[in-house]
Amino acid sequence: MANDLGTTTYTTPSDTEVVMARTVAAPRTLVWDVWTNPQHVPHWLTGPDGWIMPVCEIDLHPGGLWRYVWRNPETGGELEVHGTYREVTPPHRLVTTESWGPEWPETVNVYEFAEDNGKTAITITAHYPTKTARDAAIATGMADGMAMSYNRLADYLKELR
Amino acid sequence: MATDPLSTTFAALADPTRRAILARLMEGPATVKELSEPFEMSGPAISKHLRVLERAGLITRGREAQWRPCLLDAGPLREVTEWAEPYRRFWDASYARLDNYLRELQAKDENHGE
Repeated sequence: MANDLGTTTYTTPSDTEVVMARTVAAPRTLVWDVWTNPQHVPHWLTGPDGWIMPVCEIDLHPGGLWRYVWRNPETGGELEVHGTYREVTPPHRLVTTESWGPEWPETVNVYEFAEDNGKTAITITAHYPTKTARDAAIATGMADGMAMSYNRLADYLKELR
Repeated sequence: MATDPLSTTFAALADPTRRAILARLMEGPATVKELSEPFEMSGPAISKHLRVLERAGLITRGREAQWRPCLLDAGPLREVTEWAEPYRRFWDASYARLDNYLRELQAKDENHGE
């Protein structure tokens, strides 16, 4: 799915999926590198201003684990997400599981990188176990659990623990 | 425990049975009996979940009719959906940062090549 630079499209092609597509102005090998190398990831995957990624662990092979921790130094809010790599096919395709803790359904995420004319289309497909789980995740802002700019989420997750 | 309205809403949504009840009510009003059918749960157990949903303002229940049908109240859910907006904001902000980061890396690469 081709996308204009600078815009992200969100779609729900089936009952249990959420798809997010974005095109960036860089060749696929570089995009793969910034996506999978822990020296690069904390430079950009930090969401809204104010958040940093102090922990970025990536063991990039099938069965390897990954773990990200975000922190908002101002509020003390912290979020952790982790999972396992299922498929690692540089620089095309990456399949991982993603878990935000026992209260949330684990998703299987497929990351696809397609190069065209020096640009790379990034497609992320999150698979939920059921439609209810997906809808609840969307409704609660946990489609990828990334509702971090609201400190309430961090508080809420603490409450659930 | 949850005190503000949004926390109450989230606490109510944190349970899979209650989310399934809400999903069912999105299709239209239903009685306790109808709601308890898909779950292997007793009427009183379902009623307990309904009370949590009612307290969170997510459902209302008919007062008049004897069977007291349950209705979805979309108000708090709408608030949650607005609250969910940061998910997009997270990715939009991250992707904007990625665009810049890729630009920087590629500029550095070109300089090295010269």
